[in-house]
Amino acid sequence: MSNKNFKPAWLDWIDRRLPVSNAYEKHMSKYYAPKNFNWWYVFGLLAMIVFVNQLLTGIWLTMSYVPSAAEAFNSVEYIMRDVEMGWLLRYMHSTGASFFFLTVYLHMFRGVMYGSYQKPRELIWVFGMFVYLVMMAEGFMGYVLPWGQTSFWGAQVIISLFGAIPVIGEGLQEWIRGDFLISGITLNRFFALHVIALPLVLALLVVLHVLALHEVGSNNPDGIDIKKHVDEKGVPLDGVPFHPYFTVGKLPQVVLFLFVFCGVIFFMPEGGGYFLEHPNFEMANALKTPEHIAPTWYYGAFYSILRAIDFPIFFIEAKLGGFMAMGGAIAILFVLPWLDRSPVRSWRYKGWMSKVAIITFAIAFAMLTYLGGQPVTALNGILAKIGTVIYFAFFLLMPWYTKIEKTKPVPERVPE
Amino acid sequence: MIKRILTVLTASLLASLVNAAGGEVHLDHMSPDAHDKVSLQKGLRTYMDNCAGCHSLGFARYNRVAKDLDIPEEIFMENIVFSEEARFGDLMKFAMSEQDGKKWFGAAPPDLTNVTRVRGVDWVYTYLRSFYKDESRPYGVNNAVFKDVGMPHVLLGLQGLCADKPHASEGAEYDPLTGHEIAEEGCTSYAVEGSQSSEEFDETVYDLVNFLNYMGEPYQNDRKRLGWFVFAFLTILLVPSVLLQRELHKDIH
Repeated sequence: MSNKNFKPAWLDWIDRRLPVSNAYEKHMSKYYAPKNFNWWYVFGLLAMIVFVNQLLTGIWLTMSYVPSAAEAFNSVEYIMRDVEMGWLLRYMHSTGASFFFLTVYLHMFRGVMYGSYQKPRELIWVFGMFVYLVMMAEGFMGYVLPWGQTSFWGAQVIISLFGAIPVIGEGLQEWIRGDFLISGITLNRFFALHVIALPLVLALLVVLHVLALHEVGSNNPDGIDIKKHVDEKGVPLDGVPFHPYFTVGKLPQVVLFLFVFCGVIFFMPEGGGYFLEHPNFEMANALKTPEHIAPTWYYGAFYSILRAIDFPIFFIEAKLGGFMAMGGAIAILFVLPWLDRSPVRSWRYKGWMSKVAIITFAIAFAMLTYLGGQPVTALNGILAKIGTVIYFAFFLLMPWYTKIEKTKPVPERVPE
Repeated sequence: MIKRILTVLTASLLASLVNAAGGEVHLDHMSPDAHDKVSLQKGLRTYMDNCAGCHSLGFARYNRVAKDLDIPEEIFMENIVFSEEARFGDLMKFAMSEQDGKKWFGAAPPDLTNVTRVRGVDWVYTYLRSFYKDESRPYGVNNAVFKDVGMPHVLLGLQGLCADKPHASEGAEYDPLTGHEIAEEGCTSYAVEGSQSSEEFDETVYDLVNFLNYMGEPYQNDRKRLGWFVFAFLTILLVPSVLLQRELHKDIH
């Protein structure tokens, strides 16, 4: 690599007015990422790709979608049947929703394994959690738009949750719906939020997430601070430029991901009824309750936690208790950086208790996700309660088990 | 304490097993083939002759069906479209007002464009073959898959009318009146004979459901074909991307 300055005149002209080259170097060619990145580090990039997919296909879907109670369902079928390649746009969008959550879940789990949320990366984690929170709202409102049976009754269930809040609950529900029941008014405001408000917030949060990351630098599977050892130019010895090593260099992983993503789009777009639920091919009908209403799979864990509290706790009735448990399960994720008291970041150097905790937590989360889509039976009810206890225990006991366990020494430099 | 938890766990496990065994109706399996144009054409014919009086295909258009099923416009308009006003590019909406439907059948006959996507092909295939004689119902028939359904046995002329309840729940079930086991294998004795044999009728229903499966996703053949092209493109793309990655990895020590 030569350091000769080949900057063309037009770029120089721009650079004097807008720091384009500067920004490119700061965030791409001279942003040094640890060389020991493993494949877990690809999910942030993949989530970004899916996000762009959602934005683009969303724009084109909006061109043919009609947000009204009378026409929404028809217009989706119109997109699927009469719009040129409309089915592809719709399947890319619906499959993208599920893959957005899938990649983000794996991205978050990576952060948990390697302690990426620890000091000084607390804000990155918090911004990321806001991204996740907005995604949940975005996904929920998007699912209402096709105005099928699952759209309608799913919205019914979710909005009625707010009714559990004492005093203001009833009014809050009405405020969200904009009506006394779920109607075209609800559909229209969800459309506005899904298409304009939340995507804007999401994009802003993603920018903040990445800016905060690039300020402190990326963590790595060993949790080593690569900025401690730099050469005479200040370049980390264990770092490599983000571009091209983690852009072009990650292309094979991106292509492999696209194989899976396109495999679903082209060969199983309904995702076995998990990505597009069967009752949603029937138009919303306020007079006909479907036999089995389940939230989309990506809310499954929190829905399970909600249902697990089916008994009153002291003076708190079950419905409110479930709502609080669900809210608490989401809220507790935000404070994770302050719960981990371990002197080391990565689970590679943490003690056995942390390792067991992380693996048990992952299993419990997967189980709760699955149970969220299943009807409540005696066995499912017990499993959901066990899962809920594990979920909260993982966080609430973390200050204790991360503090008392014996950790291994972290090497100064990234091992060869 | 642990013993008690184990007992509860075992009991609930058993309960859920028992729950899974009962109640579910056994569905016959069918594999649709959207490439079999002859079958689709026959299904369309059966549909227009027997179903279209009540059930619209309101999200589909005549011309799309004609094109996909290789039926020339003239033949299609003459033999398939029975409404005088209907034009070739119209949606396949057949007249029956919701009020009439409710009055005649207790519930308005649903649009069937997406029925296989809502119910699944196996369900529709089994349902259409599971009508049986039941004098307590308004039309004298009931259905083993959809109990007390409002729909009369439209295909009676073809199938005949089964005397006993076919396609019973999985596991042994006994008729409370006669006491003999209810057949799982379709119909054994007929109250009314139909014009088709049991095998012929199965084929008629297969074609019909095959057609409805096409209706649910008329672009399904295009979707899969395009999918293989995309896979081929990705496979080719994988080669330079792996080579690039290897080249880059040489720099990382």
